[in-house]
Amino acid sequence: MDTTVTNPHEVTQSLLYLDGVSVSFDGFRALNNLSLELAPGEMRAIIGPNGAGKTTMMDVITGKTRPDSGEVLFDKGSVDLTTKDEAAIAELGIGRKFQKPTVFENHTVEDNILLSLKDDRSVRGNLMWYANSGDSDRIGEILKTIGLTAHGKRLAGSLSHGQKQWLEIGMLIAQDPKLLLVDEPVAGMTDAESMTTADLLKDIAKDHTVIVVEHDMEFVRRLGVKVTVLHEGSVLAEGSIDEVSANERVVEVYLGR
Amino acid sequence: MITRRLIEAPDGRGWIFLAIVLVAAVLVPLLHLLLPPSSPFHVSTSVMTLWGKYLCFALLALSLDLVWGYCGILSLGHGAFFALGGYAMGMYLMRQIGTRGVYAHPTLPDFMVFLNWKELPWFWYGFDWFPYALLMVVLVPGVLAFVFGWFAFRSRVTGVYLSIITQALTYALMLGFFRNNFGFGGNNGLTDFKDILGFNIQSSQTRAALFALSAVALALGYVVARMVVQSKAGKVLIAIRDAESRTRFLGYRVENYKTYVFTLSACMAGIAGALYVPQVGIINPSEFAPANSIEMVIWVAVGGRSTLVGAALGAVIVNFAKSTFTTGMLAPYWLFALGALFVLVTIFLPKGILGLMPQRAEPAGPNGSPANGRVAQPAE
Repeated sequence: MDTTVTNPHEVTQSLLYLDGVSVSFDGFRALNNLSLELAPGEMRAIIGPNGAGKTTMMDVITGKTRPDSGEVLFDKGSVDLTTKDEAAIAELGIGRKFQKPTVFENHTVEDNILLSLKDDRSVRGNLMWYANSGDSDRIGEILKTIGLTAHGKRLAGSLSHGQKQWLEIGMLIAQDPKLLLVDEPVAGMTDAESMTTADLLKDIAKDHTVIVVEHDMEFVRRLGVKVTVLHEGSVLAEGSIDEVSANERVVEVYLGR
Repeated sequence: MITRRLIEAPDGRGWIFLAIVLVAAVLVPLLHLLLPPSSPFHVSTSVMTLWGKYLCFALLALSLDLVWGYCGILSLGHGAFFALGGYAMGMYLMRQIGTRGVYAHPTLPDFMVFLNWKELPWFWYGFDWFPYALLMVVLVPGVLAFVFGWFAFRSRVTGVYLSIITQALTYALMLGFFRNNFGFGGNNGLTDFKDILGFNIQSSQTRAALFALSAVALALGYVVARMVVQSKAGKVLIAIRDAESRTRFLGYRVENYKTYVFTLSACMAGIAGALYVPQVGIINPSEFAPANSIEMVIWVAVGGRSTLVGAALGAVIVNFAKSTFTTGMLAPYWLFALGALFVLVTIFLPKGILGLMPQRAEPAGPNGSPANGRVAQPAE
């Protein structure tokens, strides 16, 4: 199956390329001519007040929402994401963590990871699947990374909120995607948990391209990466956390000072 | 590899269930055939037939639990697949009557002669040949479920909307089958069967064989369902039930999984219907009635959703209660009792009757996870 299209105008070397993307819901412009580029291997933090379009942007990238206009290209412009559905986009290598931790509550922690591992997704393949040591080794590694080794046999539903967030990040790692979209990973976490999560994400960013959407400025500062500020569906400012915090318009709309 | 799968499929509870069903498959026919009616251990024809009917319902409940309990598809039209399987078997049995009908027509069933039809409609061709009829028992419900699932699941119809459409499906079929010109005997349905594969359908031996076959079909249905839910695909089904969009974002094609399990379930329901018809001796459009399909959901809920064994148990218990209730002076109150049972079970026994039984710790599954069957009830 050929999932790629030839790029007509060699627009980009970026992993992710959004150009002039607009989305409206019942007249409300959630995204307004949004343009964003992400280099391979980069980690980017995206901040913005409520309603700035952060989650809608993720919906567009992952195929949940179709943009009204604009280009959404992946992998050096070779794939037009607006023509794919969620499952196809996930198979291309874009993983997503939801704002509210979404794990399979009636499965064990290990099974949650197992289901996420990069593997055959077809019905037939999974009916015929047999447990193998390669998978269990990989599951063990991931559990170690996210600090849940001791909880592998527990049902995911019985984990604490913070542990569920980590499990979901583990599920992202298991997919081994080219691009990770992480929506508010530290919502509802204690400070100590937030800091652990920041270190975890920095670790992941060593060999993945990551977009983190977050409200928590301390957390974003800890990540120490380039920040994009969204406002009313388009980019308001870009730069280091210190630069954008010093930007007057950002202060005006976001920091509210 | 397949044998290993087979042996690993049932859990502790499952082995007990299989043992009971398979012992019944042998013992009940023997007690019926070998002991004189005077013996206290003799099983009468009527009791055996009644329990044979329960076994068919148990298989039907099992098929419903597979889609509802494990994939969250609340089908309120499973009676349609059961009835279609039943009709396919009924058509074979009608063709076997031959010249022994009231009108003694060599090819046309009585109702067609009565309607003044001159020749057999094309869709009745082949049904005099048993293997073809058997194929249709599985194929007709399966194809209908596949086509229905293809459209419904691709369009992402879920939840209550899907339930309503399944209900409409069985209702539409009922209206169709009620019509004389539909070609399936109108509201009288198909009845007056004489023999099956040359054996008199009323004889003790045939009845005993049908009972045994129903029990074996139930056991096989259980093992197949268990193999599906124990596989990694079964884990995907549960994942879809609990967090559908998460599963999709992991790259699984949810619609394919749903269509697969829905079709498999419909085939199982069709087999249940095909075993049911020769035992009760009639199939008519009332089997398509929406209320029947809703009742099946109650069986599953009463026994214990997403347990398979519980679904089968619930079907037997509710139908046993129904037979007991509706033959006595309490008959007018049966529907109230059924409704009350559903309400009480939902409130006090969210895991069904099976949830009352203590569970042994299960050995670890192939990948170190506890075997399935301890799935908590998801909020619906």
